Amino acid sequence: MEIEEILEKWSGGVYSVSIGACAEDGGSRKNTVRIGGQKSLPLLFKEGDIPNRPVIAFEIWDIPPQDWPEGLVSSYGKAPEDPLIWAQMCVKDFGARLLCLRLQGAHPDCGDKSPEECARFVSSLLEKVSVPLIIIGSGDDAKDNLVMPACSEAAKSERCLLGCATQENYKTLAASALADGHSIIAESPIDINIAKQLNILISDMGFALDRIVINPTIGALGYGLEYAYSIMERGRIAALSGDKTLSSPFICFTGQESWKAKEAKGGDKQGVIWEIITASSLIQAGADILVMRHPEAAKRVFGHISVLFGGNNSDH
Amino acid sequence: MPLSGLDIYKLLPKTNCRRCGLSTCLAFAMQLAKKTMSADKCPFISEQTKKLLEEQSQPAIRTLILGEGKDRFEAGGETVMFRHEEKFRNPCGIGFVIEDSLSDEEIASRVKKINSLKFERVGQVLDVNMVAVRQNSDQKRFVRATEIVMDSTGLPVVLMGSSPASLRQAASAASERKPLLYCATKDNFTQIASIAKDFRLPVVVSAPSLDELSYVTKELVSLGVDALLLDTGRKPLSEKIWDATQIRRQALKKANRALGYPEFVMAENDDPYEEAAEAAVHITKYASVIILKGIQSWEALSVLTLRQNIYTDPQKPLQIEPRLYPVGEAGENSPVLVTTNFSLTYYTVLGEVEASKIPSYIISVDTEGMSVLTAWAAEKFTAQAISDSLENSGIKKMIKHKNLIIPGYVAVLSGELEEKSGFKVIVGPKEAAGISSFLKNLN
Repeated sequence: MEIEEILEKWSGGVYSVSIGACAEDGGSRKNTVRIGGQKSLPLLFKEGDIPNRPVIAFEIWDIPPQDWPEGLVSSYGKAPEDPLIWAQMCVKDFGARLLCLRLQGAHPDCGDKSPEECARFVSSLLEKVSVPLIIIGSGDDAKDNLVMPACSEAAKSERCLLGCATQENYKTLAASALADGHSIIAESPIDINIAKQLNILISDMGFALDRIVINPTIGALGYGLEYAYSIMERGRIAALSGDKTLSSPFICFTGQESWKAKEAKGGDKQGVIWEIITASSLIQAGADILVMRHPEAAKRVFGHISVLFGGNNSDH
Repeated sequence: MPLSGLDIYKLLPKTNCRRCGLSTCLAFAMQLAKKTMSADKCPFISEQTKKLLEEQSQPAIRTLILGEGKDRFEAGGETVMFRHEEKFRNPCGIGFVIEDSLSDEEIASRVKKINSLKFERVGQVLDVNMVAVRQNSDQKRFVRATEIVMDSTGLPVVLMGSSPASLRQAASAASERKPLLYCATKDNFTQIASIAKDFRLPVVVSAPSLDELSYVTKELVSLGVDALLLDTGRKPLSEKIWDATQIRRQALKKANRALGYPEFVMAENDDPYEEAAEAAVHITKYASVIILKGIQSWEALSVLTLRQNIYTDPQKPLQIEPRLYPVGEAGENSPVLVTTNFSLTYYTVLGEVEASKIPSYIISVDTEGMSVLTAWAAEKFTAQAISDSLENSGIKKMIKHKNLIIPGYVAVLSGELEEKSGFKVIVGPKEAAGISSFLKNLN
């Protein structure tokens, strides 16, 4: 007797979000990156369309990184001393097709750079590299509400992905992103109800749902990874079942979390594999963007994605 | 399809005689559906119905015991597709392959290394589970390699013979350790079945398609061999995910007995990073035994940690006993930190306190395994709860000062806590990563 395969029939799907604008769309990027659009759970190709692969964004800062383990910083040689050179290295040497800029230098404890300085940095970065950008604030709400509008304007019509909006602080960022044609990251603290609520709040401001990316807040391998894993699985099942307010792609800050782990500081290989496993397991839960730190880990995860999706390495 | 309470009700006498202890047959049927009572409680139930219910009460995916002695472990018995639906039950076994073409010394030293892959994380020991011996040459060498492995480890063994004759020889030599036979196929299953029956051993069934797999498992069951694992062989990774998903769906959603067995995966790769990333896929997507090649401890630690994460019960976070924990040679002037009894929180704090090399006391408050912010939001980590813990821990007799360090995230508790406890509250860092430098700069 032939076994009849059991296929789930989903009524919904994940919104497809495009990052970066080329000349024809009024921007200056040489490539764009498209994420989401799935009509199936991760990697179940026979069950529904999976038009886009998960993508890797290299995380860079506007200042030399602080609190990064020595082995991680030195994987970029001396480049991080000059963030613009660092950014170019990610693109040229490591093939990055997407960068995630963290404006850490704006933080009151890390240099307290002015909104104007930050905006100038964003402008220079847009000149030096031609890949799309994710731009996130320093984590200090009050300061970010001054800095992000300036940076949003400096990158006007480049269709960046700006973050991170939270339930307590989303209006300023959402208004800027909306005015300047960017998409937005909605961050919720490992809580699917807050993720949903925040998406509703942001869309109530006039934001199209296909311009929102959810940051579910992840824990690294060994540090609460399973909570994010299950929140993402539940969110993705809700999306496929037709809940449009949870149908956004996921961005996971795998580098940031992995390199906080004690194990990651226990040796180069241990750190690299910690970031790889954090990323590869979250791909199974539905991660769409992996923001990564170590170039070797990024390269390996890129290779892993190619293995998962078959075919060659044409689209980083 | 599993029977519902109403389906079962139709098969009962419907006399509401109460002999089962419940007031109606319907109530009894509901309990049978939930598998909280057994059909024996009804004296009037027909033999046929009883048999049907017994079949029904068997788990959809078999649980197998692999190996013998203290290192044996259970595989399978899974009941859900997603861990948030309930939990994943039996952590997948992680094993390592050993080629019989290695020299005796190489085999022994490789096994020694495998034995040493033990780690402690958040109060749990993480260890590996199996050694797979693979035949590359003649029968004699295969048996010899199996013997060396058995002499060097108590871990359960997988015998990967290249012919039924070799498997029989090795199985005979290793029989008291209940090795797992690899593998039965559509071509050799009668011979493998006779070895499995003679020595009462579990068997991996290998076939590229689910049709062929279920054909072989049915044949084996009819031959009296039913301790089986399923393997769909080497394939592109996305096809392996599809197979594993289908096998679990067939077992859970269609109660397809022929596929109701744990899954076995050979995931060897020469590159440790790639191998670990693939192992991660199999850990999250339904494998019950995963055989690898790389025995470096950094690879094993990452794989075992992921298994620990994925198999954690989502309803029951790992907890430690709430009490006072001295770190280092803590004395009457040592700082006192308070945190929750969520294992991850406690061990992260502990790691940072140890790293500071400043002897300290940590008091873990009973927050039912919630982390700081969650426990605060759920009112388990309140000024009163912390104050009570201070009182009950006996800390007051052990120190000369009255300073208490609290997590930065609950700074808002400071005032009330000072009032209730009589301690002076010092607000510590929000993230544990800041504790070490915080302690060093305390004075």
